[in-house]
Amino acid sequence: MKKLLLASAATAIMAGAASAEEIKLGIILGFTGPIESLTPSMADGAELAMKEVSESGKLLGGTTVTPVRADSTCVDAAAATAAAERLVTADGVKGIMGADCSGVTGAILSNVALPNGIVMISPSATSPALSTAEDNGLFFRTAPSDARQGVVMTEVLMEEGIKEVALTYTNNDYGKGLADSFQAAFEAAGGTVTISAAHEDGKADYSAEVGALAAAGGERLVVAGYADQGGKGIIRAAIDTGAFDTFHFPDGMISASLEENFGDEIDGSTGQHPGTDSPGVAKFSEMVGDMFDSTSPFTPESYDAAALILLAMQAAGSVEPGDYKAKVMDVANAPGEKIYPGELAKALEILANGGEVDYVGATAVELIGGGESAGNYRQIHVEGGKITTTKYR
Amino acid sequence: MDLLNALVALSNFVIIPAVAYGSQLALGALGVTLIYGILRFSNFAHGDTMAFGAMIAVLVTWWFQSMGIGLGPLPTALLALPFAILGCMALVLITDRMVYRFYREQKAKPVILVIVSMGVMFIMNGLVRFIIGPNDQSFADGERFIISVRDFKAMTGLKEGLAIKTTQGITVVVAVICVALLFWFLNKTRTGKSMRAYSDNEDLALLSGINPERVVMYTWLIVAALATTAGVLYGLDKTFKPFVYFQLLLPIFASAIVGGLGNPLGAIAGGFIIAFSEVTITYAWKKVLGYLMPESLEPSGLVQLLSTDYKFAVSFVILLIVLLFKPTGLFKGKSV
Repeated sequence: MKKLLLASAATAIMAGAASAEEIKLGIILGFTGPIESLTPSMADGAELAMKEVSESGKLLGGTTVTPVRADSTCVDAAAATAAAERLVTADGVKGIMGADCSGVTGAILSNVALPNGIVMISPSATSPALSTAEDNGLFFRTAPSDARQGVVMTEVLMEEGIKEVALTYTNNDYGKGLADSFQAAFEAAGGTVTISAAHEDGKADYSAEVGALAAAGGERLVVAGYADQGGKGIIRAAIDTGAFDTFHFPDGMISASLEENFGDEIDGSTGQHPGTDSPGVAKFSEMVGDMFDSTSPFTPESYDAAALILLAMQAAGSVEPGDYKAKVMDVANAPGEKIYPGELAKALEILANGGEVDYVGATAVELIGGGESAGNYRQIHVEGGKITTTKYR
Repeated sequence: MDLLNALVALSNFVIIPAVAYGSQLALGALGVTLIYGILRFSNFAHGDTMAFGAMIAVLVTWWFQSMGIGLGPLPTALLALPFAILGCMALVLITDRMVYRFYREQKAKPVILVIVSMGVMFIMNGLVRFIIGPNDQSFADGERFIISVRDFKAMTGLKEGLAIKTTQGITVVVAVICVALLFWFLNKTRTGKSMRAYSDNEDLALLSGINPERVVMYTWLIVAALATTAGVLYGLDKTFKPFVYFQLLLPIFASAIVGGLGNPLGAIAGGFIIAFSEVTITYAWKKVLGYLMPESLEPSGLVQLLSTDYKFAVSFVILLIVLLFKPTGLFKGKSV
């Protein structure tokens, strides 16, 4: 009898679990390619938010969320489109957290997300061109546009008293967009860009590029590239030939491999990447603990991107992208109760009771314009071979 | 003083990198040209043969490093080089047995062999990535510089610095030794002479009793040694990454063709021509001219002929010009 009761109780639980929906969310990031050292912790960040929501059991009456990873490669638009197509058609995902690099994000948006009506929230695509891309209200990003980063870079360099820089960028949407916005901002502020030269990723030899940069001269070399790719080669060659001693790094360059590869050789260099000192960051890193590196660039943004999708679903009372896309801006911005990392269960409950939330998250998310982050930056400098926080802006 | 500064700046950013790069290209092009001259096809798998040889060198270097064996100021990779050459020889001989010999016995046309070598290229490419992964691997150790910028400035008191990396020095020295050995072998030894005879006229060589299979085998052995040396030097000087060797194939072929396919001397000249043109044409001459010219004439622009984006285009323009006016290359190779 006891056994029978237990068995029927177990069946009841199983049945209960089965009746609540199980949905899938896509995580499309460049697990191979130029930023492969950043993406594992980004994916972990996003999956953490999904796990938190699933375990709370409060999303739409106990719906659970399963992440599905796919590889955007960061550079190959065709491969990224195919991967995203697979997520939508074969896996039936209800939303996409990604993609990472600006070029592939644009490709997935126009080729997969738009035709299929899938919501995309990118944690790291920063090209200014994405602000004006046609998106039917489906595309958001928790990273700020590079138009803003160009201005912040200018402020950092001007405060350091640097008026003349050489500029090199990786030859793609991200590098070109950032280089252009920086050059415009820097020249408007009275600085001089002596040369703006592109470099290709995946080459071994950068002596010609560094030769040209050195001849143009400048107090500092701005490297708008990738830490695991051409950016590394450029810095190596510039240090070896004594062309430049100090550098300025935008977001794509700041990673653990920068410290590993160069150590104190780049002491005195500066940089910035999206980041904030809002209490959300501390809560996020406390929550993450040793599971993965919570301070790696774009990792908190990834958590926030996934959380926003799930909160918007709750607010709309539906998991269909067409229904919840209009709610993303509502849950991200005021008015409402402020929500920090680890408080997703609370947010889901407030939303379920018809209340409003203002999702702050790990990066002080504030969506402006067509759905992109207003932008907080962490300014860093390299000291004793370590990347050290100067301040937040 | 200004003249010295100009010279130093030019050496630091143009001459030294170009000489090192040129030596690496020349060694690669020698391998391509030998295959073309003796086996009579363009070996597209050459870049990946280099990658395979360099990969073994990387693995052996790591093993030596873990046992604490080193060469002091010189990179341990030099010690690993003989092992890598042996490994690479084994690979090319196996490939020849399993793939090329079949087509040789069929007397297949060169164009078929070219396509076959492409297949071999993809297989080797996959093999290397499978074993060591697609990422950058660093295996350079020992002293980084023969002379560093800081020391040079302190020594001479000049405004411009000059750096010579140990790897650049080694590249040039090893390349010179290799080329000297190769020419001695081709011109003085019996096997070398039979290889040249086979290359000049296959039928006549067969009639005079030269064993073709032996010639083919020696060619592959030499090519494996050259490819591995070039691959290791390139990896030491820059970085080891499988995909980079695949891309290196284009400048290597450009060097071999500019110099004249099948002509070893041409391959060396071609390597340096391609290397120097890539670096000089995209170099911004502002600094050098600024030192040389009187102040009033100092250029305000960059004085750059082409942006560095067009670096690779340069080798192909040279290739086109040479092929238009001297279809057999500068040093009279075989016509393609």
